[in-house]
Amino acid sequence: MTMAIMTETETTENRTSATAQVDLPDEKRDPPATIATELGATVGNVRCENPFVVAENIDVYYGDNHAIKNVTLEIGKSEVIALIGPSGCGKSTFLRCLNRMNDSIESARVTGKITLDGQDIYGKGLDPVALRARVGMVFQKPNPFPKSIYDNVAYGPRIHGLATDRAELDDIVHRSLERAGLLKEVKDRMDEPGTGLSGGQQQRLCIARTIAVDPEVILMDEPCSALDPIATARIEDLIDELSEDYAIVIVTHSMQQAARVSRRVAYFHLGLLVEVDETDKIFTNPQHRLTEDYITGRIG
Amino acid sequence: MNGLATTREKVEAGLRRRRRTERVFRLTGILATTVGVLFLGVFFADLIGKGSSAFFQTFIQLDVEFSEDILGPGSTVDLEYADFDGLARSALRRAFPEVTSRGERRELNRLVSVGAGYQLRDMLVADPALLGARRSVWVPASSTVDMFMKGNIDPALDEALRPLSDPQIGWIKGLQDRGRIAKHFNRALFTNGDSREPELAGIRGALMGSFYMLVVTVLLAFPIGVAAAIYLEEFAPRSRWSDLIEVNINNLAAVPSIVFGLLGLAVFINWAALPRSAPLVGGLVLSLLTLPVIIIASRAAIKAVPPSIREAALGIGASQMQVVFHHVMPLAMPGMLTGTIIGMSRALGESAPLLMIGMVAFIVDVPGGFSDPATALPVQIYLWADSPERAFAERTSAAIMVLLGFLLLMNLTAVIVRKRMERKW
Amino acid sequence: MQSTTLILLLAAIAVSAFYLGRSRSLALVGGPRKGSALHSLPGYYGYFTAIWCLLPALAAMLIWISLEARIIVAIVISGLPDAQQALSAGELDLLVNNIRNLAAGDVVSGALDSVLSDAAIRLQELTSISRNMLTVLTLGLAVVGGVVAWLRIKPDFRARNRVEHIVLIALIVASSIAIFTTIGIVLSVLFEAIRFFREVPVAEFLFGLNWSPQTAIRSDQVGSSGSFGAVPLFTGTLLITGIAMAVAVPVGLMTAIYLAEYSTSRVRGLAKPLLEVLAGIPTVVYGFFAALTVAPWVRRAGETMGFEVASESALAAGLVMGIMIIPLVSSLADDAINAVPAAMRDGALGLGSTRSETMIRVILPAALPGIVGGILLAVSRAIGETMIVVMAAGLAANLTANPFEAVTTVTVQIVTLLVGDQEFDSAKTLAAFALGLMLFVVTLLLNVVGLNVVRKYREQYE
Repeated sequence: MTMAIMTETETTENRTSATAQVDLPDEKRDPPATIATELGATVGNVRCENPFVVAENIDVYYGDNHAIKNVTLEIGKSEVIALIGPSGCGKSTFLRCLNRMNDSIESARVTGKITLDGQDIYGKGLDPVALRARVGMVFQKPNPFPKSIYDNVAYGPRIHGLATDRAELDDIVHRSLERAGLLKEVKDRMDEPGTGLSGGQQQRLCIARTIAVDPEVILMDEPCSALDPIATARIEDLIDELSEDYAIVIVTHSMQQAARVSRRVAYFHLGLLVEVDETDKIFTNPQHRLTEDYITGRIG
Repeated sequence: MNGLATTREKVEAGLRRRRRTERVFRLTGILATTVGVLFLGVFFADLIGKGSSAFFQTFIQLDVEFSEDILGPGSTVDLEYADFDGLARSALRRAFPEVTSRGERRELNRLVSVGAGYQLRDMLVADPALLGARRSVWVPASSTVDMFMKGNIDPALDEALRPLSDPQIGWIKGLQDRGRIAKHFNRALFTNGDSREPELAGIRGALMGSFYMLVVTVLLAFPIGVAAAIYLEEFAPRSRWSDLIEVNINNLAAVPSIVFGLLGLAVFINWAALPRSAPLVGGLVLSLLTLPVIIIASRAAIKAVPPSIREAALGIGASQMQVVFHHVMPLAMPGMLTGTIIGMSRALGESAPLLMIGMVAFIVDVPGGFSDPATALPVQIYLWADSPERAFAERTSAAIMVLLGFLLLMNLTAVIVRKRMERKW
Repeated sequence: MQSTTLILLLAAIAVSAFYLGRSRSLALVGGPRKGSALHSLPGYYGYFTAIWCLLPALAAMLIWISLEARIIVAIVISGLPDAQQALSAGELDLLVNNIRNLAAGDVVSGALDSVLSDAAIRLQELTSISRNMLTVLTLGLAVVGGVVAWLRIKPDFRARNRVEHIVLIALIVASSIAIFTTIGIVLSVLFEAIRFFREVPVAEFLFGLNWSPQTAIRSDQVGSSGSFGAVPLFTGTLLITGIAMAVAVPVGLMTAIYLAEYSTSRVRGLAKPLLEVLAGIPTVVYGFFAALTVAPWVRRAGETMGFEVASESALAAGLVMGIMIIPLVSSLADDAINAVPAAMRDGALGLGSTRSETMIRVILPAALPGIVGGILLAVSRAIGETMIVVMAAGLAANLTANPFEAVTTVTVQIVTLLVGDQEFDSAKTLAAFALGLMLFVVTLLLNVVGLNVVRKYREQYE
């Protein structure tokens, strides 16, 4: 099934599109016929071949604030999908729905259905704890625990009881650090605090900490925004490598980064999922006026 | 994703145990929170249960004849030494003509408080024309009668074990039948000083003592505290000396209050030879005690004033002193006032240091100035709590209710000041 | 003249000095329109005059009043017949007291004789002379100070700088009072404690097992100089503090955790003010509750379980003190927990930790220094707490670790030794200051360490 392309008959006149157009008065008069300008349903293709995570009609409210509006999106197995959009567009909120991190915000309310490998993640049968073991998360600012490097990586396996003895735990820790490309750098100082590492190393430590739990999906919330370009490049390489084994959803502010690491891109605007498509297509031939404005630098 | 199945299995396997731990932990948290709240509930229930009856007091209606024969046998009435108690006694005797034996009469007289005599004297002083007239007067009953009327003495108990004898209970019943014994609002509690007789003891002396002390405290601690805060925040160069002052103030805030009492005893009383038991000394000690509180709160209030305001004023050529007194201080005033009120409420509840400087004496007179011997409301509570009489326990609870009422009032004022005058930056 | 009248008069002079100074400055430059010719605003010339009017006068007044009483008494004593002058210091004190009471018109203990009444009259005379001299001196200085300042006013006189300089000095003095308070505390307890240790060896005080200061009143009697082994007081204090902390630390910590991590904002909004109420209840009220409600309850509960419970048990006092300290622990723990960055919590939750695992394995270890610092402050509070133990713990200096027995504490003994009439020089009274010194030193150490740990911890995450 393909998603309906926006037609002229759907006239959900919206303040957002109005403001966007006010900013660009010269182009208001005559948009090309292929470009959608109205807001409502998503343009492009929200479906994918081998869906692993499926979000259907998701709405998120923070108290009275309607943060995510009727978002539907499929995420495939072993693909990297980038969520882009201006600040406050709801991309991080959507990301946090996927492992129920919004649960800890008292006023947050999520409606709609999200399935992980066919299982409803907001259903009764699934404990958020077990869910988060399967859907790991890497945060904007590197947040190693104030513990040793070893204990940081061993934390997940320990709480989930993944290792039965010290040797097995050592093995998991080493493998995870190896995968995160950090092992060489920290091999000799496993007992030193994780907070003593550089920013880029800290973020790779956090990635190692996440993959130590052996998740199926990894959510990354602007993982490079606090890092310098060299550290960013290393993380991007790492994401590329990890994409062989994990479904990766990455929120990013940088369009270059989205273009470099992702196979598909989803563009969010004020809580709406405006457009989803293959990365190449989004960046070369966007179907929606707002997407075009964003990638050409006119919003943002 | 090698070993995926086993990972998921392992996680699932541990879930039950982990959920149980989570529940236990959460329940412990709820329990802990309840402990504090529950204590408050029990405490207030106990307090009100014990103390509310003290606001009412038993009175006996007597037909008193202001007879010259009793008051001034022979010649004129000497108000100092006249037998006003005799008036009450004779009125009682008229009410119970059947009581004739000496012993029984003595027991009968014990129904009425010794305060009855003072009351009759005050009546006569206010209106000398009463001499020779007959009036129906409500006089305070003795505290045992009061306790009986409040149900604290069990008439079923063996006579030897209770403070009221069988005939006394009979007479009380007789008065009840005639409607001549009743509970009225206990004005004495608020108008009298301390007394050995529970039915005459009041908190006015203690309240006035506390009032005078707080006046001294606020007059000293507020200006000094604010001045110190201004200096430390706005003028003090970052130096060893200002660091020392800083550490000092924080430590003083945590020094046990009794140590301030020792300071007061050694410095103000023994060295400066100020009078013992005086609100002046109490106020001095309490100002030292509350100074750190006020300084810390005032500094926080000054810190909250955005630097842009200072820069704006400095930019148009104001001196630093003008910036502080014209701009920073008015803006920080709500915070300073709130801090001061909180400090005052702490001072009002403080008792340990006052014990050291002799404010625990038994003082009947209501103090009329800063150097009169006085006590304070919390110390009065301490003194009454020590008294064995049941009637004093009741009054202690009532005094606590009054004290807590004042504290509540002060804290509410602080909240209102903060809400009303607060600015958001 | 009454001192209040004097002060009012002084204030009036200062106010007029302000206006005189102000108008002189304006007059010198030729009227309000030419005010810009002055170095400072006209008001500053007024303040300058007023300050110089008040400062010397107030200083003189303060010195006069503080010395007045002693000098007058000295003169009165020197005027007494030789028989009285030969009296011992204590007896002389009593005599002076009697003279004072007689002069004030109060009841006098002992016989009234002519010596006494003469002295009282002399005292009255001297007092009134002194008051008159004080009035003249103060008002004179006010006028002189004001006039000198007034004469100094010139158009280019830097009045604002002068005034601001004086204000600055006043601010510095105000901020130094905290230091003087500490010095005052140290000196007053140290001085008396040294006098105590001259009579009782330090080692006996610190390590002696027997505390019975009561006999010390009769120090002239052989073998009954009292014994001042303070160990039972220290153990008693520790026992009660231990019980209090056993209540306050777990309950306060779990309350903070529950309110920070689990409760809805409604519950938090309700529970926090209630805890503040708990913190605002005066200690004497807790003491009353401990002695009259909790102690009998503990006793009954203990006896049904077959324990022998003293009517003033350490348990009752400790329990109530623990409850009093709950808000302190919970608010300090709350600060410590909230200082841990939210990213830590998110990180742990994102890995699939339960809330309790997040708390126990990540947040609490990170917050530990802050919590430990808070607990040290709470211990210091418990050790220094007075009213609860005075009212509920008792006086018996038992060397015991049994919470059902009565024990006494350092603070209880300070109160008992100093309340009531006693001469100031006896070992018994001095012992209170020695105990006060111990109390001050121990709580100071706990506070310094506690505050430092808490501050360092906060800085770590700032």
